[in-house]
Amino acid sequence: MRADTEQDILKTELWWTALVTAVVTAIMLAIIYAGLVHHINPPSNIETVDPKTLHLTGEFTEGNLGTRVDGSQITSRIVATQFAFQPQCIVMPANRTVTLRFATPDVIHGILVTGTNVNTMIIPGYVSQVHTVFTKTGDLLMPCHEFCGLGHSQMWATVRVVPEDEFKPGPDGRVTCDAR
Amino acid sequence: MTHARRLTLAHLWVAFAAFAIAAVLGVWQMWARSPLPAPYLTAQAYFTSVTAHGVSMAYVLTTFMVMGFGYYVAETTLGRPLPYPRLAWLGFALGILGTLMAAATIFAGNATVLFTFYPPLTASPFFYIGLVLVVVGSWIWCGLMIVAMLDFKRVNPGTPVPLAMFATVANAVMWLWTTVGVAAELLFQVIPAAFGWNEAIDVGLSRTLFSWTLHAIVYFWLIPAYIAFYTMAPQAAGGRLYSDTMGRLTFILFLIYSLPVGMHHLFMDPQQSSAFKFLQMSFTALVAAPTLLTVFTISASMEIAGRLRGGKGYFGWIAALPWDRPMVLATGMAFFMLWFGGGGGLINMSFGMNAMVHNTSWVTAHFHLIFGGTVVIMYFAIAYAIWPTLTGRQPASLRHQRLQLWLWFIGMMVMTLPWHYLGLQGQWRRVATFNYADPVIAGWGPWVIVSFAGGIILLASALLFVWNLLEFHRDRAVVAPEHPPIYALAVHPPNRVPAALNGFALWNVLVLVLMIAAYGYPIAQFFIIDAPEAIVHRVTGGG
Repeated sequence: MRADTEQDILKTELWWTALVTAVVTAIMLAIIYAGLVHHINPPSNIETVDPKTLHLTGEFTEGNLGTRVDGSQITSRIVATQFAFQPQCIVMPANRTVTLRFATPDVIHGILVTGTNVNTMIIPGYVSQVHTVFTKTGDLLMPCHEFCGLGHSQMWATVRVVPEDEFKPGPDGRVTCDAR
Repeated sequence: MTHARRLTLAHLWVAFAAFAIAAVLGVWQMWARSPLPAPYLTAQAYFTSVTAHGVSMAYVLTTFMVMGFGYYVAETTLGRPLPYPRLAWLGFALGILGTLMAAATIFAGNATVLFTFYPPLTASPFFYIGLVLVVVGSWIWCGLMIVAMLDFKRVNPGTPVPLAMFATVANAVMWLWTTVGVAAELLFQVIPAAFGWNEAIDVGLSRTLFSWTLHAIVYFWLIPAYIAFYTMAPQAAGGRLYSDTMGRLTFILFLIYSLPVGMHHLFMDPQQSSAFKFLQMSFTALVAAPTLLTVFTISASMEIAGRLRGGKGYFGWIAALPWDRPMVLATGMAFFMLWFGGGGGLINMSFGMNAMVHNTSWVTAHFHLIFGGTVVIMYFAIAYAIWPTLTGRQPASLRHQRLQLWLWFIGMMVMTLPWHYLGLQGQWRRVATFNYADPVIAGWGPWVIVSFAGGIILLASALLFVWNLLEFHRDRAVVAPEHPPIYALAVHPPNRVPAALNGFALWNVLVLVLMIAAYGYPIAQFFIIDAPEAIVHRVTGGG
């Protein structure tokens, strides 16, 4: 490595810059590959819902919450409020593509499901939507992961993942934790 | 003592006093989250503590450190008295007033909104006004740094602005851009809501505006550490800076790429599209470049020092470095932590992988390692390097300074490595307590306790640091040389540099273009889609 002139030094630095560029490009390519091929993208559906009328009308009224099978679609709708989820427990089948939809009438919340890649913020004014496949059966924790007030630490729900053959919707297409 | 040095001393003492208080709170918070029974634990106490810890560490320690160090750099590198010292004291007074106002609302229980204060939860309006006053104080600092540089250029036409000052002004310019987002959020949305003038608030807009500030602010905190890497560490090691030009380029890259990237904090948010998340992620990847360039340039500078001291072979120069000098030791530790922290950062910014770690303990661990570790250990080293020139005294032995740095380094590793692991296991952040009766959570217990032990070591280091600073003021300290060399010369010191590497006019234009591209539509969309507003929830009154 020569350092006799400023030019020598700049040349060495430029070689390093080329290496840095190559590394950053490789990382970017991996991310693009994961996004396009494996559909690993963040929840970004920009779907608005009015928090002031959330519980009165439409998709997130009380009778419509929880897991529901509609044809081949399995969707669970959950409302996050200070300081509980409604419902507190949802049932999901293993090894099927499922959709989780969240909304809140009050403040910012967020959820993750332990041991999975399910993760989203829940922002008043928007529906958060996550698609996933649960591969392990059992009760998984779904805590609120964004500070939402003094009761935040006590806010969590359960995702009950059951084997596909035990996932039996009732005549109305609904599956609840109580029924099992 | 010159005006600038009195200013520096005042700012740095405020910074480190806030740091010491926040360190005590931090350890108690780790205790609360562990399976061990912690005293005084209520939800109100915990979130009051988290708010105070975050505000002190992220806003008070950093802002006062950056300002105080900036005044020092301006005076010592430009060789001229600081312009308008009275305005500088006004900035200091605004900062103190704002800090006291915010502290009063927090400890009265009227601001348990954490340091990110996401609406529609809103605190007492005086909490936000306090924060705004701190920012206004720092804007005065930004103006003074820019004026000091322009005065120097007018009096010394053609002479390059010294690198340390060039970097300081880069930070001042960046900070002016950075604060636009949060200032708009506070002035137009949050403060009116906190006063009760608005009953509803557009949360998607407020999160987007906050994200504007949220990443660049981290570089505002970081740049003093980088100034120390480039200008102080090679000198302390007895070497030279490998390339002055690369230093300038690095700070320009920080100015450009730290701003249009904040949306990587919103990857998991439903109100922004994948397209803009992807665009800002791409810019985020580019901000890895100045950091990797720095690793190279500083390693090369240290190698020069090691070889001048007789180091041989590929790695012999590392052993030959004067590791007994606090600045050299801290730089080595900071780099070590930078590898872990930077690697973690690459995972955070990766779009899809972010789902694995978002709002888990991984994130808390990440910023404690990179800010609390890499950056704050350099704050310590800077303090140790400049304090003798502020008081004219220094302790006879550097033993306690080295011990303090080692404790900080070990404590940070012991605290953050298990914390990262817990995040990967799904441990979520920002809760006061965990239900250890749950079998999954019970398995985390031992690692939380290890992490807490790291916190105790950090507290010991923090208290020793304050004690070490007091040593500089004691009569038993020995007289320090009045003008010790602090800044390194480059291997080839520049005689002239192109105007683009000696000022920021061109780069401001580029920042403007990038910010319009990155944030123009994401902000405008809230006015186009007529986003529904959320009802304001006030926490005032401890409720």
